Amino acid sequence: MLCYKENMWEYTEKVRELFLHPKNVGEVKDADAAGEIGSIVCGDALRLTLSIDRDTDRISDARFQTFGCASAIASSSALTEIIKGKTLDEALKVTNNDIAGFLGGLPREKMHCSVMGQEALQAAINNYRGIKKEEEEGGEIVCECFGVTDEKIRKVVRENNLNTVEDVTNFTKAGGGCGECVTKIESIIKMVMAEKPDIDDLKPEKRLTNIKKIEMIREIIDKEVRPLLLADSGDIELIDVDGDKVIVSLRGMCTDCLKSGVTIKNIEKKLREHVSKELYVEEE
Amino acid sequence: MRVTYLDNNATTRVADEVREVMLPYFSSLYGNPSSMHLFGGQVHRVIEKAREKAALLINAEPDEIVFTSCGTESDNTAIMSGLETGRNRRHIITTRVEHPAVLNFCKSLSRRGYTVTFLPVDKLGKIKPEDIEEAITDETAIVSIMYANNETGVIFPMKEVAEIVKSKGVLLHTDAVQAIGKLPVDVKDLPVDMISISGHKMHAPKGIGALYIRKGTRFSPYIIGGHQERGKRAGTENVASIAGLGAACELAREEMKAENTKVSSLRDKLENGLLKSCPDVRVNGDTENRLPNTANISFEFVEGEAILLRLNEFNICASSGSACTSGSLEPSHVLRAMGVPYTAIHGSIRFSLSRYTTDEDVDIVLERLPGIITELRTMSPYGK
Repeated sequence: MLCYKENMWEYTEKVRELFLHPKNVGEVKDADAAGEIGSIVCGDALRLTLSIDRDTDRISDARFQTFGCASAIASSSALTEIIKGKTLDEALKVTNNDIAGFLGGLPREKMHCSVMGQEALQAAINNYRGIKKEEEEGGEIVCECFGVTDEKIRKVVRENNLNTVEDVTNFTKAGGGCGECVTKIESIIKMVMAEKPDIDDLKPEKRLTNIKKIEMIREIIDKEVRPLLLADSGDIELIDVDGDKVIVSLRGMCTDCLKSGVTIKNIEKKLREHVSKELYVEEE
Repeated sequence: MRVTYLDNNATTRVADEVREVMLPYFSSLYGNPSSMHLFGGQVHRVIEKAREKAALLINAEPDEIVFTSCGTESDNTAIMSGLETGRNRRHIITTRVEHPAVLNFCKSLSRRGYTVTFLPVDKLGKIKPEDIEEAITDETAIVSIMYANNETGVIFPMKEVAEIVKSKGVLLHTDAVQAIGKLPVDVKDLPVDMISISGHKMHAPKGIGALYIRKGTRFSPYIIGGHQERGKRAGTENVASIAGLGAACELAREEMKAENTKVSSLRDKLENGLLKSCPDVRVNGDTENRLPNTANISFEFVEGEAILLRLNEFNICASSGSACTSGSLEPSHVLRAMGVPYTAIHGSIRFSLSRYTTDEDVDIVLERLPGIITELRTMSPYGK
């Protein structure tokens, strides 16, 4: 919809300054670490590159490339300013609130921009430390529109003491699309507030033999995934199952479609739901 | 500082002539048109004069015009009236690309037990009139289809639509707020039953609208109270704005033809200039059937709000279909319905011109925007 938001003009002078004259734009040459977060589909994306002194573990340079609105650009620039000179352990303590604070505050609806900055930093440091994407991105997708996991919602709710769905949307975008996940978000908030252990974690896992596992994976892919892809003139093939790693190959439109990341995520979600919570999916 | 205003589909400047006509009703002529004394009664005549002018613009009869508070009220009124008088028929047909005044009202009705068919559009933003024919059932109470789209300027083939809908004997409403004053509309030649009109899209003030209701159409009022507007719309008349709308209709009728030629040539100059000076740019919507004043252009790999705020530094005003400029975090429903790729939706900018747009306005945009796009692209991970 074409309409103005009043808060567009509620940016602080610092946001405006870093949006109009951002610092540290671009890519660090021969970067030691890179973190990417968001996607062009969702409307904002950030690529952070770092140069790290191997002896001191200090960030000697940080640069960003951002696709997004004024506050996304300003948040990215703020992030690079904050972390330069910090050791990785110090940098990991930087929260989205620090980024928002550096900017003199962000409109509530734009807090997700500061969260994106914090996540890109996390991703870059994980990348440097050799922590794989699968390990860092736990959880199941709650918000299909923006690909937000329950893990992320829990983390942001905890760190920012959020207690309304509206705020979860402001900070993560979750629930800001079709709105179908709103009740799920409500229950996550309740759960975090009570900090009860996740009920799913308490369920005993049934023993799953390899043969049974592969059979089940194949069945889910054939019955639940392939028909959806065929409808978009794509296809999927199960290549291998290696421990908990499910290797698939996407064909047709999906291979270079922007949404293929989302598709892999969806397949993973289905497999975790029906086969085993430990599974993760990789493209061949 | 000079303002370069290219956001006339959002709202327009009140014409000087219109403002002049309105002023007395804020000061000396403050009577209530319903009063029995001459002091009030003389104001009543002003309203009737304005009604004649509004009617003339679309070749209607004065008593077919009802003044409302805005385009949204006209839209809500028309659809609700269609349902109220529809002999228990509970089906509505509209499109996916309507203005929220129709779209969200229909969505709200669907939650209240009505069935709504939202017709799709193609890549160019066009509807297929055959789809309407197929969608109409014995249950259909009203078809509501916009005349021209506010985001892309795409004009729907209203005559063809009307012939189909009327041949099935179904009520037809069109939200024409972007078309009235920009395109010639003749109700003697166009068999629609109701037409929504908005003042502030055609150089009258905000807070005034009108609904054309064809003579003989069963009608049920939406706002209920006094006997104003012959019982069709209660509430003491907004005299000054009604007078203003009348004046704006008169201006539009007199100047439409000459204006359109000028406005569309400026629009084309702007569009062609941007296409030439910026790579990875696309025009959204059917350029063959488009309002003369509208250009919806996508700048790939950059985000609309960022573009608008950079333009704002030069006092250039436009709109965007990006998620960040909408209230919902989702980008333009119109461009999504057209299947425009997300890369292009987020970077879509709508320029909408008016009779007050000058060559200089266009030159200023052509001078500033390409640099802004280049700069934002160097910042973008997707830029080249």
